[in-house]
Amino acid sequence: MNYIFYLLIVISIIAGAMNGRLEQVVNSILSGAELSVKVAFSLIGIMAFWLGMMKIAEKCGLISVISKIIKPVTKRLFNEIPEDSPAIGDIAMSVSANAFGLSNAATPIGIKAMEELQKQNKDKTSASNAMCMFLAMNTAGFQLIPATVIAVLIGVGYKNPTEIIAPTLLVTSIAFVSAIILAKLFQKFWQPQKCGEDKICSKH
Amino acid sequence: MFQTLMNIISLWALPVIIILILTMGLIKKVPIYEVFTDGAKDGFKVAVNIIPYLVAIIVSISMFRASGIIEMAGNLLQPVLAYLNVPADTIPVILVRSLSGSAALGIFSDIANTLGPDNYATKLSAVMVGSSETTFYVLAVYFGAVGISKLRYALLVGLLADFIGIAAAVAVCNFIF
Repeated sequence: MNYIFYLLIVISIIAGAMNGRLEQVVNSILSGAELSVKVAFSLIGIMAFWLGMMKIAEKCGLISVISKIIKPVTKRLFNEIPEDSPAIGDIAMSVSANAFGLSNAATPIGIKAMEELQKQNKDKTSASNAMCMFLAMNTAGFQLIPATVIAVLIGVGYKNPTEIIAPTLLVTSIAFVSAIILAKLFQKFWQPQKCGEDKICSKH
Repeated sequence: MFQTLMNIISLWALPVIIILILTMGLIKKVPIYEVFTDGAKDGFKVAVNIIPYLVAIIVSISMFRASGIIEMAGNLLQPVLAYLNVPADTIPVILVRSLSGSAALGIFSDIANTLGPDNYATKLSAVMVGSSETTFYVLAVYFGAVGISKLRYALLVGLLADFIGIAAAVAVCNFIF
């Protein structure tokens, strides 16, 4: 991430100078910083709501019921996470919320899942295999109906916007499955996590 | 038919989940109001926690987009992609898709508006935008929320999966449309 961060910024400045767009590049620092805070603050309310709801769901045992139902799948994908961890139920709810295009609920629930995964993480500063798997599923963006895209197509007078659904579903499924396979492969070949300061990784 | 069904599910999913959570909470004698407010307290904390990560990612990506390098890369890629029957108009969508969701959607709307609904570029970019999530944003928010800065292979997997998604979109659209 250090190199990516460095390269993104340095290349932008050099390319901006070459293209005579240095001014726009400098201005984008301010607008980007502003946008980040806007994005974060727009999350506060909805985040509070879903974190509250998820806490009830956890306390009344709903999350563990969901975890039990999907156990056959998650046992393979998240082999380092205990089967009865609330993380499993959170992950299931987050992925299904994404699939139905409910991104307002999916992000807070996903963050809740990350917090549960962090509790199992042996090094609190680096990503565990389970986190990488969960984020691989998330970045692949599995969605059943691309609602926003269809809205744009209807807006420009596309006569049969639903014909876009089948190819999109096929493509998103291919990406989703490849992301899971890639995450599994990298888990095998990537350098394992180092032990954190709290040294709870003796069992691995 | 499939779409009406999906619309109904999308509309009812959240209300049903909320009723289910609250009802089950009451039955199990969970003090739902107290537990809700207790959990909701973290909303502010999480949102504030992700700000540094969002600033790092969003600022560097804004700079990257403002520098004009995406257009330069597009010009370089054009001959190769033309060979694969990828219209030049869709190249910015390909390059921006993993970096910024709103930008990808903006470029797609622009293509749809200027080229019209029946153009192949409109259909291809619709599939590419509809099938993806913004990798950099997702990583910043999720890892930022728990304070993780060493991503290990997460970014690489995300970008590879994005690449596979683009290749799949090109192949599928070539075949169908």
